[in-house]
Amino acid sequence: MAITLSGDQAIPAPPLSSRLTPAQVWGIILLAPYLLVFLAFVVYPVCYGLWLARAPENYVALYNDPIFARAAVNTLIFLVIGINIKMLIALFLSGFFAQQRTWIKWLSVIFILPWAVPSIPTILSVRFMLNPEWGVINHLIFSFTGDDGPNWLNDPTVALSMAIGVHIWKSLPFWTLILITGRLAISHDLFEAAEVDGASWWQKFRYITWPSMQTLYVTCTLLSMIWTLGDFNSVYLLTGGGPADLTHVLSTLGIRYLRLDQLSLAMASIVCAMPFVLPLVYFMMKRLSR
Amino acid sequence: MKLPGVREFSWREVATEARLLLIGIPVFLWTMIPIYHMFLFAISPKEDAFSGKLWPDHPTLHNFEIVFKQQHYFLRDFYVQFWNSTVIAASVGVLTLFIATAAAFSISRLKVPGGRMVLNLALFTYFIPAAFLAVPMYRTMGNYGLLNNHWSLILAMVTIASPYAIWVLKQASDKLPVELDEAAVMDGATTLQIFRLVYLPLMMPSLVAIGTYAVLLAWNEYLYAFLLLSNDREITLPVALGNFLAADDSPWELLMTTGFIYALPPAAVYYAFRRYMVGGLTAGAVKS
Repeated sequence: MAITLSGDQAIPAPPLSSRLTPAQVWGIILLAPYLLVFLAFVVYPVCYGLWLARAPENYVALYNDPIFARAAVNTLIFLVIGINIKMLIALFLSGFFAQQRTWIKWLSVIFILPWAVPSIPTILSVRFMLNPEWGVINHLIFSFTGDDGPNWLNDPTVALSMAIGVHIWKSLPFWTLILITGRLAISHDLFEAAEVDGASWWQKFRYITWPSMQTLYVTCTLLSMIWTLGDFNSVYLLTGGGPADLTHVLSTLGIRYLRLDQLSLAMASIVCAMPFVLPLVYFMMKRLSR
Repeated sequence: MKLPGVREFSWREVATEARLLLIGIPVFLWTMIPIYHMFLFAISPKEDAFSGKLWPDHPTLHNFEIVFKQQHYFLRDFYVQFWNSTVIAASVGVLTLFIATAAAFSISRLKVPGGRMVLNLALFTYFIPAAFLAVPMYRTMGNYGLLNNHWSLILAMVTIASPYAIWVLKQASDKLPVELDEAAVMDGATTLQIFRLVYLPLMMPSLVAIGTYAVLLAWNEYLYAFLLLSNDREITLPVALGNFLAADDSPWELLMTTGFIYALPPAAVYYAFRRYMVGGLTAGAVKS
């Protein structure tokens, strides 16, 4: 009897359990909880969301919504300017905290506080400091100059800068910590040799520190950009997207549409961000799964 | 003549120290100002807080008393909300540890077929910004009928915490020598016995780090909590803090006091487990 090569007429496969070793059976059982979570709370929502955002009218509506264009620009400013400033400061401070001093050790313990405490109370604290009538900043301005201070959060540019500042305040310690680890991994002999040769601090940085840290630095910058796309708190809790919805970023805009019951617009705005997010994610995955 | 034991200060050293201080003092101020401002409000009566003083004329613990006795409209469910935050954070910690440890063991030690792909999918989820997943997640929880139920927030946070947990634990378990498993198999240990008696004890430091990570993530979460829970007696503390802003004349001194109380547990946990966090998490966070 001839056995055809087509699948459905081939010899029936032996039952699954006899082909797998007991260890593999356990492997599947132990992997099952995560797979269930993944299917129920990642695959299903994403597919459902994409299905909601399928109609082209959504994208036309987004294109015609000035708030969306503004949010896209704000997001770019947040990422390109905000993150690069943050990472440069982190790189600089990692050199500072790598110094062997007792007081710098203590300062590094304090420095981590913004990362260790939840963001809601601290962001609200900053928000009140900026309050034009009762905030401490305008009180100080008044007592020194006799003039009323500006209405900080009422100017979109200033408000967005403040949101970026809050974001930097919150996440700077984390990135500094990681860059310190990178810096401490550099062999000390190199610096001693450079010292003997009379290298300036810039030469030491340029020819020793930077070459050994540049991969880490670029990885951190990209990772921070991806995560900052999801930074909802810094903007929402400080400005609430205001004044006049001019300081939204994509993550707060999605929630704004959601609250206005425009779920398909919310999903469409997220889909629009995907062409930027996915290459970054792909690049990071390549890098991390080596 | 030089005296032994007396350190000589050269101008160079003094200049270096001064330069370091010139960086250190702004860093200290930058870090502490928002936190000090919060603390200042917590110990100030309302008039002092609103008059921009850098130290109150009459520092008081009265605000704490109001919070702990729930003597304000915004605070009437303070203990319930604190309890909600605690239960949700603890559940997320336990569930994430369970799911991620099982998955990491399965992928790294048992080499389950398709494990690599699951790991990549998890990693992919980890990189998708959580705020983007929030919109479809909200709708999905509605479809499952879980809105306003603590399970919605617990499951959402487990979904967000697991990918990173699996990835870190997989990296850590790859470092354990294969010979351990082989020796245990030779001695007739079953897979579950290896998991319980060999694997878990050796993974303890990473498990502590990941458990802490998941608990803090859930405790600190605002966006998902405020989307998924809305009933006053179901919400967590951060949502309650956000609700203070609903009124025009918000009692900011009470908001800051509650915020201060809310910020203390995670800060304490963070500093208590810092040793594990720095080793276990930063190594995993960025591999260069």
